[in-house]
Amino acid sequence: MSTQNAHSEHSVHIVPIPVYLGVFFALVIGTLVTWQVSLLDLGRLNAVVALTIAVCKATLVVLFFMHVKYSTKLTKLVVVCGIFWLLLLLTITEADLLTRTWMGVPGR
Amino acid sequence: MASHATVLRHHFENGEQQKEASSLGMWVFLLTELMFFGGMFMAYLAYRQAYPDSFAAASSKLNVTLGMCNTLVLIGSSLTMALAVRCAAAGSGKKLVVLFLILTLLLGGVFLGIKAKEYHDKWIHHEVPGANFHPEDWPKNVDMSHASLYFGLYFGMTGLHASHMVIGVGLLLFLIIRANQGAYTPEWHTPVEMVGLYWHFVDIVWIFLFPLLYLIDPNFGRQ
Repeated sequence: MSTQNAHSEHSVHIVPIPVYLGVFFALVIGTLVTWQVSLLDLGRLNAVVALTIAVCKATLVVLFFMHVKYSTKLTKLVVVCGIFWLLLLLTITEADLLTRTWMGVPGR
Repeated sequence: MASHATVLRHHFENGEQQKEASSLGMWVFLLTELMFFGGMFMAYLAYRQAYPDSFAAASSKLNVTLGMCNTLVLIGSSLTMALAVRCAAAGSGKKLVVLFLILTLLLGGVFLGIKAKEYHDKWIHHEVPGANFHPEDWPKNVDMSHASLYFGLYFGMTGLHASHMVIGVGLLLFLIIRANQGAYTPEWHTPVEMVGLYWHFVDIVWIFLFPLLYLIDPNFGRQ
């Protein structure tokens, strides 16, 4: 039993508190930047900037708060595959939506 | 206090393998949740593309200040949750774990309170889809039925998110009681870690909901 405990203690990664505080402040700054940028008129770029910041914030949460940076390769692979699968579904649906009206429908 | 012998299930080689199985299983669950929310995000994207002006007009009816506050509150609760998990793993004592869990619970409660206030505002301004839907000061050139669609998505997406928050509050109450009993040790605190993953996931959903729902064009009709 003692050897098992020593083993599991060894594998636990304790993240230093300043890392968590740093991520927190980065998330707060990201939120404020998102809000300020939304007040500017950038045309179609507004949505692109807002989503880029959101993706960066989500990445910080996943890597540090959710400990994926310190996880095993198996967990990392599962997370990346899941997100990739979602992007695949969104992309294919968008491809249909955006191109549907390009050609007329015969007989209509 | 639970002894380590009862904590390690017999079908696992060691504590490390048991922990890995738990976090992998939790991640698979969270990915099904990602697909669940993903479908709603796709519906939102499709209709926002179809009716951009109505969506911008309807979005400008939301209270950006309250939305901002809620974003900051939720980020703060993610920090306290991460610190609770960290204290449990580092063996900083049950008092600190319980303290950070209670702070997380309070911030979650503040989030739900602000959300309830926003829902109430929508209700009294007739901006809830249905028979009573007739928003005030509505621009003549944008279609009201498309705005109703936006508010339908708004209530659907934030409602699903808020129901996840309510479940999270329940899980936190359970953790606080168990942590106070001294159930979690540096060797075994899997429930704290798993609820932490869930809480951060719900935070991530809001990180996307906030700009998509509140910030389409906050200046709409005010230039």
